[in-house]
Amino acid sequence: MITWPNFVSQVFNGLASGALLALISSGLTIIYGTLGVLNLAHGAMFMLGGYAGYVAYHATGSFLLAVVVGALFMVVVGAVVERVLIRRFYDRPHEDQILLTFGIGIVIVELVRLGFGSLTLSVPPPAWAAGVTPMGFLIYPTYRIVVLAIAGVALALLYLVLYRTRLGMIVRAGIEDSGMVGMLGINIDRVFMLVFGIGAMAAGFAGIVNAPVVSLTPDLGSSILVQTFVVVVIGGVGSFPGAILGGLVAGEILSLTSMVDPAYSEVMLFVVMTLVLVLRPQGLLGVPGRA
Amino acid sequence: MDSLAIGALRRRTVLRAGAGLAAASALPFGWSHPAAAAEPAMGTWPAGSSGDTVYVGITVPRTGTYAVQGEDELKGYMLAVEHINAGDPLIRAMSPRTTKGVLGKKVAYVVADSEAKPNTAVQAQSRFISENKVILMTGSTSSAVAVALNKLAQREKVLYVAGISGSNDTTGKDCVRYGFRQCFYGQTAAAALSPVLIKNLGKNKKVAYLTPDYTYGHTVQKSMEEYLKAGGWTTVTDQVAPLGAADYSSYLLNISNSGADVLVNINFGHDAVLSIQQARQFGILGKQTLIVPYQTPFLARDVGADLMAGVYAATDFWWTIQDAYPLAKMFVASFEKKFGYKPEWGAENAYMQFALWAGAVEAAGTFYPPAVIKSYEEGRHTPSLVGDVWWRGADHQLVHPVFIVRGRKAADMKSPDDYYEVLETVPGEGVMQAPDAFGCKLGPYT
Repeated sequence: MITWPNFVSQVFNGLASGALLALISSGLTIIYGTLGVLNLAHGAMFMLGGYAGYVAYHATGSFLLAVVVGALFMVVVGAVVERVLIRRFYDRPHEDQILLTFGIGIVIVELVRLGFGSLTLSVPPPAWAAGVTPMGFLIYPTYRIVVLAIAGVALALLYLVLYRTRLGMIVRAGIEDSGMVGMLGINIDRVFMLVFGIGAMAAGFAGIVNAPVVSLTPDLGSSILVQTFVVVVIGGVGSFPGAILGGLVAGEILSLTSMVDPAYSEVMLFVVMTLVLVLRPQGLLGVPGRA
Repeated sequence: MDSLAIGALRRRTVLRAGAGLAAASALPFGWSHPAAAAEPAMGTWPAGSSGDTVYVGITVPRTGTYAVQGEDELKGYMLAVEHINAGDPLIRAMSPRTTKGVLGKKVAYVVADSEAKPNTAVQAQSRFISENKVILMTGSTSSAVAVALNKLAQREKVLYVAGISGSNDTTGKDCVRYGFRQCFYGQTAAAALSPVLIKNLGKNKKVAYLTPDYTYGHTVQKSMEEYLKAGGWTTVTDQVAPLGAADYSSYLLNISNSGADVLVNINFGHDAVLSIQQARQFGILGKQTLIVPYQTPFLARDVGADLMAGVYAATDFWWTIQDAYPLAKMFVASFEKKFGYKPEWGAENAYMQFALWAGAVEAAGTFYPPAVIKSYEEGRHTPSLVGDVWWRGADHQLVHPVFIVRGRKAADMKSPDDYYEVLETVPGEGVMQAPDAFGCKLGPYT
């Protein structure tokens, strides 16, 4: 049902949901770009972040604190997983790495199920963002606008870290040639651990921020993982700006195509991904040969 | 039952079977169906009922979007098994020949998580058939699962009584000789609910649908559309969303901008909870009247009375009907005593299915599947939790009333569980379509 007000509403909605997808996908793409490991546990980490936020929220009663504590928790989880497991697999074939991260994902999901059960849990949005915001002909939940803003700020911070700091320079150099970075006397092991932590944090942070919009279940990550992969492929594997662009493109596809036939909007995501793979295999902003 | 006949029968069985001597004489009754011993083995018969315990296989969703409803359903089965084995008065009211167990055998169950996925459910039940020799399968909550288990039941010749399943297909296009459904057709819900809606909300309304993308959603949507036409209600949009969608924002924006007066939300389980919560976030519930054609157990508890106030729904059972139905009162009391909360219709459906199965087997006097099926098909009237009910032989659908409920305002609730007011009790007979309306062909007995 394409009307002008509906079109504008859906464009805005695509932006809001796309920004969140961009945030999750940036974590996936940074990890792959730097470590060369495809993290199939990324969806589980998105979900785990939500539960960490849930625990922190109910312990402190503060949404802001829940976001901070949850994000820090995910950095630690990411770093520990990298140090204990992932690191042993850098020299192994990709198949082994995929099996490993897939397995980590299953373990995380089942541990959460063991601890919290299968029933859904909810985190209320902070009181100041609970209502709706009338925007002309469009009524939009205030909290979703807040999510858009938070995701925007988080992406900007990530951008600053990657492009304006020494750490970011090393990470980007690592994406180009990690062997050379190591030879230049930089402790690449520590950088890798940090990168995996930051990647996990991006997913987990998005998970907490998204928790009041959806409700938490242990299976939450599986559908988001698929969408995240599509985003990364559309944007270009290993490219941070690509993840942002891909996220926004995916959000808009899901929203805009729903006006024509909602049953096919998810399918259209894959149609676009296929088109990108055919016309520009490295992705919209990817570099040929890196993936 | 005549004990002399049993004795004679047992001797005959022993003579015929020879090796079956030990097992047969250990039974309290032996084969009570005169023809049984002459029938060839089929499915899990007679292996599944040759010991002193018979197994039923239960697959309910314990994870995913229908987990809450699956757990409730499971509790209904557990209570029914306990009552059957103990010969509880409630079971005996519905299955008068029951003493303890079914045909004197203890009933035990095995459970698996179906995740509301047809493949998972079929795999689990296939395992139960080969490992436990289950003589009865049950459990759904997704009609996609019910339809898949229908097919498995017919192929394996093991009875299947559906759990929650609202699709017209379950006892329509995809009906089978070995499958039975207690809860009503989506069509029946639509036929019972629509006149009440038109009466209360007026004529010529514009309707937006939010429909889960599988057999249940599509058939209920079609039925609602059809019956609402009588009041001049027209469809302005049908938003089809995948089962277990994490976000309904784009669908809800389309609905919000559609100019609809009424939102018919066909989603079930957690999908219903989430989509209603998000509909409020998008400011839709203030503008459009919400209707839930097929009520989801625990919906009101999970979204809260303030969102459910004034919402119309059709349901299989709501606990306050106990004032009119003495057996419902016994059921609500036993259930609440055992599990600590008021049962919703998932549990009621489960309990009814097992009680009616026990009744059908007792009446057949044998576990031999075709004999049990024929016993179901006799159209025997049975007192039940919702009054007098009977099975239609032509499509294996139970005929029972539809309850039309409306959400109460928090201020009008007499107790914390008093979420709905029962507006009307619509007898099932008048609102059910003809058994062949959806192309049901039951298939062979053997």
